[in-house]
Amino acid sequence: MKSKAKHYSRIKCQQWGSPVYYISFLLFKTKFHPVSGILLEMAVNGAVTWLRRAGEMDGYGLSASDTEEVHVLAVDDSQVDRKVIERLLKITSCKVTAVDSGRRALQFLGLDDEKEASNGFDGLKVDLIITDYCMPGMTGYELLKKVKESSVFREIPVVIMSSENVITRIDRCLEEGAEDFIVKPVKLSDVKRIIDCMMTDLREGGGGRRGINKRKLRDDGEDRSSSSPPSTLSSSSSSTAPCSPTTVDSPTRRLKMTSFEEHVFSNKK
Amino acid sequence: MEVGQMQRRLVDYTKTLFMEGFLDAQFLQLQQLQDESNPDFVVEVVSLFFDDSEKLLNDLSMALDQPNVDFKKVDAHVHQLKGSSSSIGAQRVKNACIAFRNFCEEQNIDATLRCLQQVKHEYYLVKNKLETLLRLEQQIVAAGGSIPATEMGF
Repeated sequence: MKSKAKHYSRIKCQQWGSPVYYISFLLFKTKFHPVSGILLEMAVNGAVTWLRRAGEMDGYGLSASDTEEVHVLAVDDSQVDRKVIERLLKITSCKVTAVDSGRRALQFLGLDDEKEASNGFDGLKVDLIITDYCMPGMTGYELLKKVKESSVFREIPVVIMSSENVITRIDRCLEEGAEDFIVKPVKLSDVKRIIDCMMTDLREGGGGRRGINKRKLRDDGEDRSSSSPPSTLSSSSSSTAPCSPTTVDSPTRRLKMTSFEEHVFSNKK
Repeated sequence: MEVGQMQRRLVDYTKTLFMEGFLDAQFLQLQQLQDESNPDFVVEVVSLFFDDSEKLLNDLSMALDQPNVDFKKVDAHVHQLKGSSSSIGAQRVKNACIAFRNFCEEQNIDATLRCLQQVKHEYYLVKNKLETLLRLEQQIVAAGGSIPATEMGF
């Protein structure tokens, strides 16, 4: 009975199930046993401890109140890169849907055919889109634009990945509303940073982020072309969210990390 | 050969691949992404790289064999190959692709043909090395040992 209880408590923890359910199960089991109440008490105490311990161990990187996994839509035409980004995201405890084109990404979101997705579309909720820039057909930039033009999906943060470290390209993407720009090859530290930033942003209710500020400008009816160009790369980031210094630094930081030794020392265990 | 010996041989072999520039830090990243829940991750990614590359090298040979070479198309293929080689840490292939793209820009047919040969050469070299490395790992696992983490503290 003890081993069954342990197994059961583990399952329940994953779903943050009610201990009451578990305890009533135990009560049912002991009801027909000529066993004293002491054993039942021990078992219940044990179960509560297991529940608590399992709860503490649960969810690396996610806040205790948020047991839903972050769902990331990854877009890349290269199957090697798709496999790598998928693994990087899974290791960061994200749920991943990987597609091979901007078109398929829009289909997945329900944004193709130039039709807005219906409001009842919540089964496949996407929390983050991470897309390659250079893709045949629809580029990552074009995908970014389509997402940001959609009233339903424009709040979804979009991160661009590119092998080309071109400042004008980075600026263009950030101006269009991209949250961040990762220079390929993508490393675990890049993905961790993105996800951490996202979680911080969610916890803080999404305020103070430069991305959201830019979108707000549009909501106020300001002409997009007259909105100030993003000074994110050059200006100080003291006025923005805690994680944005790293976001601001990201393309320029990668520029410095070119020598093999630097990679080696940063990878040292 | 006992497991300890095999492990030492693997560590030495991996180190030389890094020192000779065949592999760079990105390959270390891939190794770090492999664990008990994903024990074949590196093999799977490397296999995808082999498939991708062979197709791209074929496409490149065909594209450069045309009477009127479409350099935009050639460049697109090289860009893809550069991307995937960079993603797995195949440094020498990546560098050969960078040189290749420069000559595509110049639309220099002779130079691009030489570049194609160079890229093919580097690709087959690293393919051979990676297959050897992965075989060594397989042997260790088959003998009940674990794959030692690559320590680059030199």
